Amino acid sequence: MSDSTTIRNVIIIGSGPAGLTAAIYTARANLEPLLIEGEPSSTSDQPGGQLMLTTEVENFPGWPDGIMGPELMSRFREQALRFGTAIETAKVSRVDLSASPFGVWVGDPTTPEPTYRAKAVIVSTGAQSLMLGLPEESRLLGHGLSTCATCDGFFFRDHDIAVVGGGDSAVEEALFLTKFARTVTIVHRRDELRASKIMRDRAMANEKIRFAWNSTVTAIHGENTVEGMTLADTITGEQRRLDVAGVFVAIGHRPNTDLFVGQLDLEENGYLITHSGSLTNVDGVFACGDVQDHVYRQAITAAGSGCMAAIDTERWLEANGH
Amino acid sequence: MSENITTLTDATFDEQIGSAATPVVVDFWAEWCGPCKMIAPILSEIADEQAGALTIAKLNVDDNPDVARRYGVMSIPTMIVFKDGEEVSRVVGAKAKGQLMADFQPFL
Repeated sequence: MSDSTTIRNVIIIGSGPAGLTAAIYTARANLEPLLIEGEPSSTSDQPGGQLMLTTEVENFPGWPDGIMGPELMSRFREQALRFGTAIETAKVSRVDLSASPFGVWVGDPTTPEPTYRAKAVIVSTGAQSLMLGLPEESRLLGHGLSTCATCDGFFFRDHDIAVVGGGDSAVEEALFLTKFARTVTIVHRRDELRASKIMRDRAMANEKIRFAWNSTVTAIHGENTVEGMTLADTITGEQRRLDVAGVFVAIGHRPNTDLFVGQLDLEENGYLITHSGSLTNVDGVFACGDVQDHVYRQAITAAGSGCMAAIDTERWLEANGH
Repeated sequence: MSENITTLTDATFDEQIGSAATPVVVDFWAEWCGPCKMIAPILSEIADEQAGALTIAKLNVDDNPDVARRYGVMSIPTMIVFKDGEEVSRVVGAKAKGQLMADFQPFL
């Protein structure tokens, strides 16, 4: 598939706002980047990143009337292609970051030779939605249990449903789901939302939204489709049943760093550690976007850090005589 | 979209599925669904490669809610494989091309 003797300038792993911005910048700098964008999925990470599962993006500068998440990402991608980025639709299965040129595998990770080699690597693998960790989840996913309100909300017209979580994404999903559902109960383990003020105000003002405070989900019920769930009160321990036809999970994210364990320095929570811009502990490996940011986690900050990684890469290649 | 892809509606579904000469994969999709857009080019490729052996058909759930309801579709993309007019398999969620082909292979 590839000529393994060719050593590329830079490989970018991941294709959300960070990876695609890094691609636009490195391509414009004539570094002929290869972007390995991932594989389609509804349940884990996917090409285009988390915005592929959202609706209207209202806070990306330059789009005063808002833009749909998937549409925004297809424009990022178009712009990266315009300047000559090579894009491969595949998942990276293994990396060897011991020394430049680095090895990157797609497909079978056990082959001795990597699929690609590159002088520099930009890691922008992002983060993916956490699930609740209940055994019935895999059985009910797609049958009333969902991690994608925009994909599945439509099917719950005039039903009572629940969103689990209390952050911005949970409230955003809940608000979106009120377009279809009769009621939306936000199930949150604290007694107030963590979401930003504008989102909190919108949720509180929405007649269709109810709240189950101080509650965690201990079980989801239903044989073939979701019929309800059991909530436990975090203070009294008391259990109660909530009858809902749909459960949407938005309890946070985990970084996609499994590939890098033992090779790149990670924080205790699994996020990549970067310093002085986008540098990692390995010379020639840079990181950007949500994989190294559990604080801001915005499309615009991811894009900004992707630009930083591209510039850092360009300077590093130059300084190292490439 | 590939010329080999059939478009189904609530009105034409039963007749077209019932009279199909090959197994049919019906892709339940909508304009607002990001993962549906991700797999659209893959389904176009499969439609071209498997022309004559497997029919790929698309059903827009916004415009055709009856069929989606009848088959209990609660998440899109959902791809239902029909053979001789009967559902024989169902794939829920976007997947890579290789995985989708592995799901369809037994019915070819």
